[in-house]
Amino acid sequence: MLRCIYRNHILIGLPWLFIFLGFLYIYRGPSISPLYGSDTNIIETKSEPLNGPLNKGVCSDNGSWRVGDLKMQTGRTDVNSVTNWNAPLVWEGTFDPVVIDAIYKKMDPRVAVVLFAVGKYTRFLKGFLESAEKYFLVGFRVTYYIFTDNKGDVPTIKLGKGRKISVVTIPSVNRWQEVVLGRMKWATITIDKQIRNEADYLYMMDIDSVFHNDFGAESLSPLSAVLHRGYYKNTRRDQFPYERRPKSMAYIPTDEGDYYYTAAVWGGYLEDMYRLVKYCYTQSEEDAKNDIEAVWQEESHLNKYLLYNKPTKVLSPEYLWSDYDKIPADIKVVRISQLVKNYEEVRPNGGH
Amino acid sequence: MIHLINVKSLTAVLVILGVLFLYSFLSYRTSHQQNITAENRLSADVVAVGNEFHLVAPEHLQYEQPSIVQGSRIDVVAVTPWLAPIVWEGTFNPVLLDSIYKPKNITIIATVFAVGKYIMFLKRFLETAEQHFFVGFKVHIYVFTDRPNEVPPVTMASGRRVNRTRKQPKRSNTLTEFATGLFPEANSDKKRLHFFLQLIVRLVPTAKRWQEISARRMELIQMVIEEQLPNNRNYIFCLDVDSQFHGRWGSESLGGLVAVTHPGYYRDPRSKFPYERRPSSRAYLAPGEGDFYYCGGAFGGLLQEVHHLAKTCRHNFEADAQEGIEAAWQEESHLNRYMWINKPSKVLSPEYLWQDFKPRNPEVHIVRFSGVVKNYADIRPNA
Repeated sequence: MLRCIYRNHILIGLPWLFIFLGFLYIYRGPSISPLYGSDTNIIETKSEPLNGPLNKGVCSDNGSWRVGDLKMQTGRTDVNSVTNWNAPLVWEGTFDPVVIDAIYKKMDPRVAVVLFAVGKYTRFLKGFLESAEKYFLVGFRVTYYIFTDNKGDVPTIKLGKGRKISVVTIPSVNRWQEVVLGRMKWATITIDKQIRNEADYLYMMDIDSVFHNDFGAESLSPLSAVLHRGYYKNTRRDQFPYERRPKSMAYIPTDEGDYYYTAAVWGGYLEDMYRLVKYCYTQSEEDAKNDIEAVWQEESHLNKYLLYNKPTKVLSPEYLWSDYDKIPADIKVVRISQLVKNYEEVRPNGGH
Repeated sequence: MIHLINVKSLTAVLVILGVLFLYSFLSYRTSHQQNITAENRLSADVVAVGNEFHLVAPEHLQYEQPSIVQGSRIDVVAVTPWLAPIVWEGTFNPVLLDSIYKPKNITIIATVFAVGKYIMFLKRFLETAEQHFFVGFKVHIYVFTDRPNEVPPVTMASGRRVNRTRKQPKRSNTLTEFATGLFPEANSDKKRLHFFLQLIVRLVPTAKRWQEISARRMELIQMVIEEQLPNNRNYIFCLDVDSQFHGRWGSESLGGLVAVTHPGYYRDPRSKFPYERRPSSRAYLAPGEGDFYYCGGAFGGLLQEVHHLAKTCRHNFEADAQEGIEAAWQEESHLNRYMWINKPSKVLSPEYLWQDFKPRNPEVHIVRFSGVVKNYADIRPNA
């Protein structure tokens, strides 16, 4: 009789003990650190992401970075490394990729790349994607949004961890100029409906290019623009190929202008890019109503926007070169380059 | 009896399973929430802080075409390895920057500490600030002092009168506020210098050691900012009172987190920087670490950024104090550790905090803000 009582007591007591221990574990267990961290975390701030703008942040344990003694008097002297509104001009030699990657990886942003591969341009997909996997924001979460009229032409590529492809089907067009203007329209619609929920940064890139060297987190900023390789040296502002007809919405007078930017690579915060893409779209539509097409289509509208809405980072022509052009001495590294192509072969209306 | 045991053991097993299920469900939910929060927080941050970095320039502004291949300054580095601009004379166009920032309708807050005999520097500080510090912007200067009656009546260069109103203290704790306003009158012969410069005086207790005054700065800065938050897009600069302005200090200095390189060390290798070198301190920086040596006498940025800086440095300082250790240069050491981990988004050259007793170096084309020559024995409570 005594034995039974003891066994019963244990059988009753044990589950209550487990419940009690279980509750203890649940409440003491994983602690979610609030935005500014609990008091114990303040001591070692490097383990915390900063609640601040995304273009500066916390450096993780800096073990590998011992780049000699940092002096304030070394660096590229053959080129300018800041614009006159104090935004950095990014050249090889002006930044340390290890430090910058550490800062941005801590925030782990999601990056979207918008690519248009319409008609025969799908042949460039393989080269672009394979080289991007080797050189473009390696180690970051990247989604390639491929806009195409032929889903079947999208090749299967081996992608790194955290990277994926998303195909968006759009209708075919007859003129290459329409393809170019269609970019803005489809990009606006898709960013609004889909991409803004899936990305923090957005890049617009031309598909007919290949990466040759690291194109990394140094390019990230609220609004990054790339200098056009043809006009960065000694071109006077009245020689920039801005739209010069006052009838167009992209008109820029000859005594204004900082730089001439290319529309083949641009990027930034999602909302800032959305604003810019939408601007290019609505301005081109407005021009079309007035029976005029800007001299370089969305590139003209882009340049007008960037004149009055200054980019927060300007990337050197290293960030978009062309296989057609010889490489001058101040371009130490070509990170991405446009391919030589037979226009008659690839454009829907052949050549011009 | 056997029957009873079976039922009881069955219930026991069920209860244990129930607990385990509850635990795993709750922990999955919390970790899932963490992910959602992290991602939402990231997206929300991108949208919320976008405005500071939207740099809108007016149409038809005339200025010289900027060059890409010709650096305006080739004798100095104009950008850090993490691509923060280093601001030197010649690297920026002041007219362009002012035209970008003025329409944003921001207020620049400045804090100065004039405790004990340091009150004697306040007059020249305020007079020169009126001439050079963010001219054309709204500026609020908070003066922390234990001698509010000695806050000088400042006569403006153009002979304008100063209106001072003194309110009775509303609450009887250590921080009592007297509101003093400077209202520049319209002046016909000279252009109006300040749109609106307001002086706010705050009472602080007298300290016996100068190191204590130094230590309390972070706490008081944190409190001033907390009064202004939340959702405030203004900027704050924390400046030393024993200095004067000699040149423009304006919108080129605005950024998320802004630090000034110390004039005494910007040419030296990092091994010579006077970082705190004892591992037991929370301001410790190991040999081989550190970008620049930054001043504790001038730093600033967006309110939220400086708030985080002040809160962290204060906490670390107090934690050190509890263990009986005081960093080599008090809060300046803690600031340097903070800036090593949390890279500043803009670095100001030593033009932004020079020292009068130093001869001018060739790369310093203009001195904007400089510490005056002083006799420490005369002014420090404990020398």
